[in-house]
Amino acid sequence: MPRLRTLIILGVLAILLGQVGGLVMIKAGIAEDLLKVVLLRGAKPAIEIKAEKLYTIGFFSITNTLLTAWIVVLFLIGLAYFATRRMALIPSGLQNLMEAVVEGLLGLVVGTAGEKEGRRFFPVIATIFLFIVVANWFALLPVFNAIGKIEPLGAEKKEFHEESVVYKESGLGLIFPGAETLTVEEPDLSACNDLSGHEKTECQDTQREHAIETAREEKGLKADEKTAIIAPYLRSMNTDLMSPMSFAIASAIFVEYWGISALGFFAYAGRFFNVSKLVKGDPMGVIDFFVGVLEFIAEIARLISFTFRLFGNMLAGEILLLVMTFLIPFLLALPFYGLELFVGAIQAFVFAMLTLVFGTLAVAGHGGHEAEGHVQEPSGAAAAH
Amino acid sequence: MDLATIVPVMLAFTDDSMRFIGAGIAIGVGSFGPALGIGWLVSKAMEALGRNPEAQPVIQTNMILGIAFAEAIAIYALVVAVMIGFVF
Repeated sequence: MPRLRTLIILGVLAILLGQVGGLVMIKAGIAEDLLKVVLLRGAKPAIEIKAEKLYTIGFFSITNTLLTAWIVVLFLIGLAYFATRRMALIPSGLQNLMEAVVEGLLGLVVGTAGEKEGRRFFPVIATIFLFIVVANWFALLPVFNAIGKIEPLGAEKKEFHEESVVYKESGLGLIFPGAETLTVEEPDLSACNDLSGHEKTECQDTQREHAIETAREEKGLKADEKTAIIAPYLRSMNTDLMSPMSFAIASAIFVEYWGISALGFFAYAGRFFNVSKLVKGDPMGVIDFFVGVLEFIAEIARLISFTFRLFGNMLAGEILLLVMTFLIPFLLALPFYGLELFVGAIQAFVFAMLTLVFGTLAVAGHGGHEAEGHVQEPSGAAAAH
Repeated sequence: MDLATIVPVMLAFTDDSMRFIGAGIAIGVGSFGPALGIGWLVSKAMEALGRNPEAQPVIQTNMILGIAFAEAIAIYALVVAVMIGFVF
């Protein structure tokens, strides 16, 4: 570990080198504004909520979040493979680390759900936790959101992108610091509604190009300054709404499965469609029935809440990092990187624990009072040591 | 309040400006409740911790769970604000 003085000297040298490089770029005519290059200001972030499609094969398109998800899966498989390759009774290295992680998670799960049920729930809960936390932490690598395909504005016909980056072609494939953004208003396509087929697409294309041209003229861009959209190759997996939704649906399916397999289908369904009192002729059964319906609605609402909790946290974190990097490069993003690390881990933990808690409630059955006694006892035992 | 003062003010309320005002109000008012809720929750957890320091893991785990629930509401407000600001 090099000493602090060495690090400071290296840092100052790096910044000075960056300044010299910037001046060279200005001399070569690639970059323009001295102040923007010297301060290394990034382009104003063109924030896109939907995941960008990289390759489309027929109806199936590979988005950048899907690519990230595949990489995370491969990483986890590799981790598991290398950790269990030469297993020793006294673990060391990677096996030791993974054993600590698994043991910690097992303690948490068994502490909440009890010994027997905890062991049954453990694989699902641990997978959810590890997948989400690794995916969230991967997104903090520098490669994410920075390197991607540059597509000229207007090339993608089906979706119109409003925000785009203005850059000068330099042959290096880089967008230099200080690049500006161009906002184009959505063109009015209603004039093309009368036509149809080939003519309609042509009319729409002309409208779009016209809108782009007008916006470029208003901003005063020259011919060699191109406008383009950046589609990053890698983007955090949970910033795509589909990913948290899949986790939520999987978690809901598992909770229902655990409930049904522990209690039997009719006993579990009796929790939601509680007609036991009505069948006996007791008019108070109507209240029970409505409570059951409410519980059913609560189950559906849980899907939405799981999805948006994870999605909102991750999207907000990504936008925060982009904007902070734009405001004061290098420095302002640092505390928010710490926040992102923390939030990524907490969201994974919360998702896994909520699935666990709802699974425990589902298995404990209708009533809840015996569930409390059932749940509190192991927790007390866990707290005692 | 005659027409000469009202019309410029009305013209100033363009589509875009109303959009940004809406986004600001959405997140501003929307984070008020969850903040109170989380403060309440944590204060009760601190009280419980003070009474029974041995139960710290249990209290902490359940507190974090409760905070996540309360924070989810703030996140809904944030998502709506981002959608108003950038999508619509």
